[in-house]
Amino acid sequence: MEVLLFGISKELMGQQVLSLPVDSKIANVLELKRWILNQYPEMGNLNSFAIAVDQEYADDETPISGNQEIALIPPVSGG
Amino acid sequence: MKKIVLVDQINLNEVYSWLQDPAAGGINLFIGNVRNHAQGKAVVKLEFEGYKPMALREMEKLAATAMEKWPIKKLLMVHALGSKQIGEPVVVIGTATAHRKDAFEASRFLIDELKNKVPIWKKEYFADQTVWVNAHP
Repeated sequence: MEVLLFGISKELMGQQVLSLPVDSKIANVLELKRWILNQYPEMGNLNSFAIAVDQEYADDETPISGNQEIALIPPVSGG
Repeated sequence: MKKIVLVDQINLNEVYSWLQDPAAGGINLFIGNVRNHAQGKAVVKLEFEGYKPMALREMEKLAATAMEKWPIKKLLMVHALGSKQIGEPVVVIGTATAHRKDAFEASRFLIDELKNKVPIWKKEYFADQTVWVNAHP
C-alpha cells in the first residue's frame, strides 16, 4: 500500500510517497492514521491530518486497500 | 456555466472576459494576492502545492453547491500553484449573476469553503525560515 504525501507531511516524513510494509495489515483509515503517528511521531504535532481515498476525504471507518489511491492531507492553506 | 482550473499564473483580463454575460448585471471578483507580511514578519515569497486531481474535484463540488444555492450565470474558480511573488494573484473567485446580492454571497461562500476544504498548501518564505501555513497549532 502506498500513501501520497504533500506539503509539510512530505517534509516531516522525508519522502514523496510512503510505502507501507506488506505485513502492516492496515484495514481502514483509523489504522492507517495510528500507524503513521506511531512511525512518525512528529506528525502528531500538526493541527490535524486527514486521509483521502480515491480523491475523496474519508472518515476513520472507511476500509482501505492497496488498489486505491490513498493520500495524506495535512491542514490545507490554499487561497 | 462554470470553469475551474489550476494554473501557473493568473491572467486577470482573461478571467474578467470569461465572466461577461449579457444576463448578468453583477460580476463579483475576489482576488487573493500574496501579502508582504505574516505574523509581523516580512514575507519574501510564497510557494503553493496542490493535490491537483482532488483539488479540482473539491472545487467542482463547491461550484455545484453554489450553483444550486444561487442563480449563477457564470462561476469561475482559479488557483495558482508554484512560486508566487509579493502582489501576485494566487486565487480568483468570480461569479456573474443577475443581481449583485447573489454574486457577493456566492463568492464569499466559495472562497471560505475553498480555504477550508481544497487540498492546496501554502508555504511562507521569510528571510530566516519557511513555514507551512496552518500546519501547527
